[in-house]
Amino acid sequence: MDKRVANAKAACEGIESNMTLMLGGFGLCGIPENCITELVKKNVNGLTCISNNAGVDEFGLGLLLQKKQIKKMISSYVGENDEFERQMLSGELEVDLIPQGSLAARCYAGGAGMPAFFTPAGFGTEVGEGKEVRWFNGKPHLLESALTADFAIVKAWKGDRFGNLIYKGTARNFNPMMAMAGRITIAEVEELVEPGELDPNFIHTPGIFVQRIFQGKDYEKRIEQRTIRQRES
Amino acid sequence: MLSKDQIAQRIAQELQNNWYVNLGIGIPTLIANHVPTDVNVVFQSENGILGMGPFPFEGEEDADLINAGKQTITAMPGAVIFDSATSFAMIRGQHINLTVLGAMEVSDQGDIANWKIPGRMVKGMGGAMDLVASAENIIVAMMHSNKRGQSKLLRQCSLPLTGVKCVKKVVTNLAVLDITDKGFKLLERAPGVTVEEIEKATAGRLIVEGDIPEMEL
Repeated sequence: MDKRVANAKAACEGIESNMTLMLGGFGLCGIPENCITELVKKNVNGLTCISNNAGVDEFGLGLLLQKKQIKKMISSYVGENDEFERQMLSGELEVDLIPQGSLAARCYAGGAGMPAFFTPAGFGTEVGEGKEVRWFNGKPHLLESALTADFAIVKAWKGDRFGNLIYKGTARNFNPMMAMAGRITIAEVEELVEPGELDPNFIHTPGIFVQRIFQGKDYEKRIEQRTIRQRES
Repeated sequence: MLSKDQIAQRIAQELQNNWYVNLGIGIPTLIANHVPTDVNVVFQSENGILGMGPFPFEGEEDADLINAGKQTITAMPGAVIFDSATSFAMIRGQHINLTVLGAMEVSDQGDIANWKIPGRMVKGMGGAMDLVASAENIIVAMMHSNKRGQSKLLRQCSLPLTGVKCVKKVVTNLAVLDITDKGFKLLERAPGVTVEEIEKATAGRLIVEGDIPEMEL
């Protein structure tokens, strides 16, 4: 079994305008930088993007927003991107804001073959409007549906040609659930290793969820908020 | 009147040994700087870490290690990293002992609004809706009034809600208040602030019973 492809261009083969994509990452941490660059080059548009955030103006999904390639964003928090806010308030961009835990669970459900689930998050708010409510253990819950995507694009630290993946630090975030929920899942990794080099006990995403894998290059890993403390003298 | 840092300092007094605590963005983040030395708590950040430590020293920042505010952090010994679904299982499953978050408005029934100003500002709810819907112990840390001098403690929230009847306690620059069936119950005053000043700054129902002590910081 060999799921390796040469590069981001080969990995993104078949992504067309008006498709639904999932993109892993939290803020700029753990985003598939190589594939985002490729999507900008590829100039596909009318995309529906499912991603926790929308990048910043000059990086991450902000690059696709600048070129107006995104028709609709499904996210939980978009506060770091002025261009996003402008496009949303002017009505150019369709936006579905959903609670972060529901977003994670909806991706997981999509990948795990569960069409829907109940959660207390969002009851009594705009998020609950039009949704079925049921009471369990004396509390109201909303019926939320699973999410899937034509392509899920994730970023991992290490991977092998079977598609097995290991993430590093909090760059893990949404990547494992999104990897499960793509009809085709692309994994870009910092280091592609031989099967057997990853300890089976410590693999985060089993390769069965991944269809294409490649070793990315030139990772910038931009830091959004560089916070430090002073050394005590 | 308290500074934002003093609000955090007052809330830190609520921390109990061996609690798992989720701190929101803004004033709540400052609480980590004021944990009493005899209290041992573990901080959760919903992007996927339990055992979040202080900011790194200069030169030791790691782009792959951030908190939910996208700030560079460190991991304490015994810390653990997990995915977002697991993180919200901890939250939704009520494994977190205390949640502290900021707010634009709080009603005297415990409703909270902190994610959207229609037509003007939309940042999104992030994890706040999941947190407030499930957490059993929620403290709001905020200024008593907004920048235009209007009370943020209301009879009813005017902004889109984040959650209903969920806030248990509010700590502001003026006061500590519990949320009861009959409204905000004044527990403590900030140093130098009178009950009359708090009454004037509170638009929701305010219950004042007996002498109200000054906070000890």
